[in-house]
Amino acid sequence: MTRRVRIGIFLPALAGLAALLVWAYTGIPAFGDYQGPYGFVVTKLATPLRHMDNAVNSVTYDIRGIDTMGEEFILFGAVIGVVLLLRGEEGRTEDVHDDTGSDLVRVFGTLAIGAVVLVGLWVVAFGFVTPGGGFQGGVAVASGALLLYLAAGYREWAAFGNESILDPIKGIGGGGYAVIGLAALVGGMPFLTNFFHGGVTGSVFSGGSAAFVNWSAGIEVAAALVILFSEFLEEYIVPLAKGS
Amino acid sequence: MIVATLVPLQAVALALVALGAPAVVLSRDPLKMIVVNGLYGLTLVLMFVIFGAPDVALSMLVVGTVAYPLVVLVAIARVRARSGEEEGEE
Repeated sequence: MTRRVRIGIFLPALAGLAALLVWAYTGIPAFGDYQGPYGFVVTKLATPLRHMDNAVNSVTYDIRGIDTMGEEFILFGAVIGVVLLLRGEEGRTEDVHDDTGSDLVRVFGTLAIGAVVLVGLWVVAFGFVTPGGGFQGGVAVASGALLLYLAAGYREWAAFGNESILDPIKGIGGGGYAVIGLAALVGGMPFLTNFFHGGVTGSVFSGGSAAFVNWSAGIEVAAALVILFSEFLEEYIVPLAKGS
Repeated sequence: MIVATLVPLQAVALALVALGAPAVVLSRDPLKMIVVNGLYGLTLVLMFVIFGAPDVALSMLVVGTVAYPLVVLVAIARVRARSGEEEGEE
């Protein structure tokens, strides 16, 4: 295809897309114009009915908890796909020396691990009080774990980023979500019903059984991401080991 | 019905995002692109905070500055190592 033909196809397509976008943008509601009734209903009812201050998580882990379960299984499946695709690059990694040379990075990096993991756990724990929840907190915990590689080195990471430890944790997180949902079924209620509406609003003990759903999501997301990181790091480290 | 007006801070956040996205596309070197993309991620974080979505900002902060750069960096390192091998064999 010559340059002239390409431009000849591109320009009409660009004009068409631009026309459609302008047409679409002139039809959207005004800035901040929220018309749906559900947002108002949820923000009114999340605290009195569910003892949750964070209305967003009252939707994601309780009222529409089944959607989040679907998302969690998508993440589960995606990580299994990555593990399958990147398999077979096993190799001796004991001889790899890519440790940080700087003592400063080691000391502050190692201190940061604790801080980041703590913040992550806090974000999960207070998911029904302040912004956050299982997904965000889980990602933060996994990133804290990744600091172990960045601050210390691959050997320190490999001792922890080990599939025989992580796979069961990930399974417990993902399966736990469904088990809590099924527990409601056993009690004669619809799947994933929040079956103990207890808890003190505004405290870490709020949210009823959705708090456990939140924690299982946090565990599964953290483990899934650590597995993902360790697969990618293995891709990077194994050729280094062969080269040395 | 709530109709809000765009306050200047929100306009600034949107402008930063609008400037950041082309900057990512226009940086041709993959390594530079990752750094620029991280900065673009931070403008998105800022936008989410200003528009009142702190939970989305939390996710974006971690994904944009840690998870995504790691995956891309490893992919680049791998591709470069492999193309280096092929050149050596020829």
